[in-house]
Amino acid sequence: MQIDARGQTCPKPVVLALEALSKLGPEEFLEILVNDEVAVGNLTRLAEEKGCELLVAEKDGCTSMTLVPRTAGAADASAEAGVPESCAAPGIGQTVVAIGSDTMGRGSDELGRILVKGLIYALAHREAVPKTMLFFNAGAYLTCAGSESLDDIRSLERRGTEVLTCGTCLDFYGIREKLGVGGVTNLYTIAEIIASEPIVTSI
Amino acid sequence: MGNVKLTKLSECAGCGAKVGAGALAQLLSDLPSRHDPNLIVGFDTSDDAAVYKLSDDLAMVMTCDFFPPIADDPYTFGAIAAANALSDIYAMGGEPRIALNIMAVPEDMDKAVVHEILRGGYEKAAEAGASIAGGHSIYDKEPKYGLAVTGLVDPRRMLANAGARPGDVLVFTKKLGSGCVTTAAKGGLATEGQVAAAEASMMTLNRYARDIMVAHECHAATDATGFGVLGHMLEMARGADVAVELDACAFPLLDGAREAARLGILPAGMYRNRHFAESEVDDGDVPRDLIDVLFCPETSGGLLVAVSAEDADALIADLRADGRVPCAAAVGRVRAYEGGKRIRVRGE
Repeated sequence: MQIDARGQTCPKPVVLALEALSKLGPEEFLEILVNDEVAVGNLTRLAEEKGCELLVAEKDGCTSMTLVPRTAGAADASAEAGVPESCAAPGIGQTVVAIGSDTMGRGSDELGRILVKGLIYALAHREAVPKTMLFFNAGAYLTCAGSESLDDIRSLERRGTEVLTCGTCLDFYGIREKLGVGGVTNLYTIAEIIASEPIVTSI
Repeated sequence: MGNVKLTKLSECAGCGAKVGAGALAQLLSDLPSRHDPNLIVGFDTSDDAAVYKLSDDLAMVMTCDFFPPIADDPYTFGAIAAANALSDIYAMGGEPRIALNIMAVPEDMDKAVVHEILRGGYEKAAEAGASIAGGHSIYDKEPKYGLAVTGLVDPRRMLANAGARPGDVLVFTKKLGSGCVTTAAKGGLATEGQVAAAEASMMTLNRYARDIMVAHECHAATDATGFGVLGHMLEMARGADVAVELDACAFPLLDGAREAARLGILPAGMYRNRHFAESEVDDGDVPRDLIDVLFCPETSGGLLVAVSAEDADALIADLRADGRVPCAAAVGRVRAYEGGKRIRVRGE
């Protein structure tokens, strides 16, 4: 959703943003254009209070502020409250995606790397994010520093995806210290997830 | 009179409309000033009002204050604007005697509404023991109202903001947060109860606090208005060349003030005040929403009084016993200035 609050004085930009945030559907975000420092300061406070991720950019002489509600937070809250899974935060799907390589498909490695990056990007921009993503063997490189997919995987994690990388694999490649997102797991946990979840997609 | 909502006609709320302290100092910096030995408080010490000595035991205190609507009800707006203007006389330890109306109204404004604004002002002036002796009105798109007030004070007992001494206890006499609550109200984000409490506080004359204060061993006083409690505190500390330690949690707060600050419902004046004073303020571990409230412009805020430590408890007890100053509280101490930031604020 986009709002143009240029030329509006306090408290109008915050009032408009509050109204818009209450109407946002799952996976939607709010971009609000403002052109004074008071609105920037006030919307920064609003984003913090509402637990939104905030992106600020200067755009043609005004400031664009994007408020992204943290679905992950909502998911945690509902889990803590013991809410049944069907009531979990909207936007988190039921799929488990298992990634065992830093390339996708057979053939050119160069093409495979482009494909895996594109796939993760696409997953990160879908309405419903996967429930869990497992990374093993050379897939472990994707969750480590230097990976071109790191930002997308972090974004997935923020939106509620559980991100797990195989510890044995990290050690085998000597990259455990470089892990940049998610937790470390082992084959027992991976086996349990694969065995108990209805939809597992292997890449 | 119809269902008029006065605040819809104003850009800024109350003392939030004030020109920032930094900008003001710049505007006044190179203007010619005439030396008169009887002008014992002029604008050079950033005090609440000007004081002109008439004799050894009598001085005239003069001030002027007006702003656009801060309340929707015209009578309430008039009364708040008058209480706010009269407050500067009280902050000097003086007593208001005569006042002049300052008014701007849209040409097409219902006469009954204008009358109600004035009635609020006249009744408040009467409560203060001051006569409104005239004034001036102009047409303007945005309504504005206030008073120019002249009062009297014994110059030997006047309370300039530069008199604070190390060791003094700082006492604040009202709840803080009128700027936050009125801004939230403008956005329709404050409850009726929160607005009513803020308006009642802004309509309360500082007369009652002043009458008790002058009977105690007070060394300095100012009132919290457009520069926020921290801005006015800084003027006091600079004026007396002292440092100040404040306990942020000791300030009694209006209901809804911190909630508004957390949601980012803060007027431009808060940012101006922050910009002006923050290099002199060490706010350590104080939560930002609370510091925002302390920087937020107040309208017709409480008196900030420096009282000798021995007399502080008695002053607070007397203020609270009066019934019209029930929220008076010790909020900090004056310390000797040893360099660095002048104001240290402790948090929760």
